[in-house]
Amino acid sequence: MSGLAAGIRLAHFGKKVCIFERHNAVGGLNSFYSQQGRKFDVGLHALTNFVRPGVKGTPLTKLLRQLRISREEFQMSEQKRSRIAFGPQGETSLAFTNDFAVFEAEVASSFPTQIDGFRKLVELVRSYDDVSLDAQPVSARQIVREHISDSLLEDMLFCPVMYYGSAQERDMEFGQFVIMFKALFLEGFARPYDGVRVILRVLVDKYRAAGGERRMKCGVTRVLTAGDKATAVELDDGSVITADHIISSIGAPETERLWSQPDQNSASPVGALSFVETITILDRQPAELGWGDDTIVFFNDSERFDYAAPQERVDPRSGVICMPNNFAYEDGRELPEGIFRCTCLANYQQWRALPEEDYLAAKIRWYSVIQDSARRFLPPVASDVMSAATIATDMFTPRTVEKFTGHLGGAIYGSPRKHRQGRTSLKNVYLCGTDQGFLGIIGAMLSGISMANFHVLRG
Amino acid sequence: MTKEETKQIVLDIIADVAPDEDLTNVKPDVRLRDQLELDSMDFLDIVMELRKRHNIEVPEAEYPELASLDSCADYLTPKFEELGK
Repeated sequence: MSGLAAGIRLAHFGKKVCIFERHNAVGGLNSFYSQQGRKFDVGLHALTNFVRPGVKGTPLTKLLRQLRISREEFQMSEQKRSRIAFGPQGETSLAFTNDFAVFEAEVASSFPTQIDGFRKLVELVRSYDDVSLDAQPVSARQIVREHISDSLLEDMLFCPVMYYGSAQERDMEFGQFVIMFKALFLEGFARPYDGVRVILRVLVDKYRAAGGERRMKCGVTRVLTAGDKATAVELDDGSVITADHIISSIGAPETERLWSQPDQNSASPVGALSFVETITILDRQPAELGWGDDTIVFFNDSERFDYAAPQERVDPRSGVICMPNNFAYEDGRELPEGIFRCTCLANYQQWRALPEEDYLAAKIRWYSVIQDSARRFLPPVASDVMSAATIATDMFTPRTVEKFTGHLGGAIYGSPRKHRQGRTSLKNVYLCGTDQGFLGIIGAMLSGISMANFHVLRG
Repeated sequence: MTKEETKQIVLDIIADVAPDEDLTNVKPDVRLRDQLELDSMDFLDIVMELRKRHNIEVPEAEYPELASLDSCADYLTPKFEELGK
C-alpha cells in the first residue's frame, strides 16, 4: 500500500516508475484473499484516521489531496461503537465512537480522579508534532504516567494503541503513541462495504492512470551496488533492472538483506511481535446473536496488560475482536454474512517449528482457545447456538504472515527500530511503509507519499 | 500573459491540489496560507504542477514568492513571458 502511494506520486510527476510485487495480489500487509468464493480481508479491521468531510489538516485529508483521490472513492462508512474491556469478564469498559466526547465522558465516569490528567495528556497529544522526520525517541509509558496515575487506565489506553501498530514490546515511542492515539480516538474508524479491496482498487487505478508500471509475482532478490549506491535490482526471474532511486516497502531488515548479510548488530532488528487471527463466518448478523453494535473490542483479562511475544504459541489473555458488520453502511445495508474476527499475540518461533500435520492440529486447538477467550467480553451465547450459526472458519498465524508478506518473523508491525527519514546504508535506497514508522493504513500510504516527496521529488 | 491570467493558472492548480478548499473568495493580497488550509506538502504540489503543466521552475529558495496570489502574479508572469506565453 505504501509502495502504491509512492508510485502514484512519482508517476503523476512524470517519473518512470515500476513496482515489483512478489505476491499475486497487491496490498502487502493490507490485502485480501478468496476462499470458497468468499473474500477475506487481511490486516484491515478498520480504516483508522477517519474524519468527516470538512475536517482538514489530518492524515486522511493530506492523503486524499496528495493522491488526487476524492473521499467518495474510498466509500467509507463509520463505525457504530467500539470498546476497551478489561477484567476477567470485561468488568471495566470504556466505549468510544468517532465522536471523541463519548470517550472523554467514559473516562470521566469510570476514572473520575484521572480525568484532569487525561485531558492534559490529550492536549499534549493534539499539539505534538508527530510527523516530524527527525524527532528524538522518548518512552510513551513515561510520558503517559506523568498524567495518568491509575495503571488500569494507563493499560486501557495502551491496549488499542499498541495492538493497532506497535512493533515494540511493553512500551512504545511517544511519537508512535501520538500517531495511534489520534488515529483511533481523536479521529476514528471507518470501512468500505467491500473492505480493503475498494481502497486497493482506487490505488491501482490511480497508479495505472498516472502511467506507472507494475510487475506481479516478481519479487526483488538482490540490490546491485557500486560503492555506497544501488545501481539495479535483480528479480526472481533473474532479470536485472537499473534504477536511479529505489523505494522499498518490504521492511528494513528485509531490505538490508538484499545487499548485505544478516547482522546481529543491525540497525534494524527483526520484530518480535506477531499475531494470530481467527475468522468465523456466521449465517446471521452478530447483533442477531445478541452481541450488540460493537465494531471493535480491545480486551484484556489480566491485572496488567502484557504486550509482548508470548511464551506459548498464543497469548489469549488479551486481544482484539472485530465485527465488520457493525459499521453504519449507507442506507442501512448489511453485509450478507456475519463476520467475527479475533486477533491475539502469537509466538513466531513456536509456530514456525511445527511440522505440517501438527501445524494444522495446533490451528484447530488454538482456534477454540481464542474464541473462548474473546467471547468472555461479549454477551454470552450458548455453544450449540454458536456452532449452528458458524458456516465457515479460517485462521492465520505468524507463519501465514511470513509466507505471504515476506515480513521476517511474521512481524506485522516490522522492526522495533523505525527509520523516520527512510534512509538505508545505500544513498539512493529508501524505506517506506511500516519500518519508516507512520502507522495504520492511512499512515502506510502517507509514508509512501512522504518518502517519494522527500527523497525523489524534492531532490 | 497578464497578471490576471497568471492568477487564474495558480487558482486552477490549487483547485486540483486541494479540491476540498472553497476558492470563490480568495483575496489576492492576503497570504494563501492565511485564508486556505494549505501546508508545505500542498505548496510542493503547486510548485510541481507549475513544472509539469507549464515548464516553470521555482527553486526552493524562492517558494516565499508564492505566498499570495498577487505575489504569484508578480513572480510568475515574467517567467511565463520568458517562455513566450
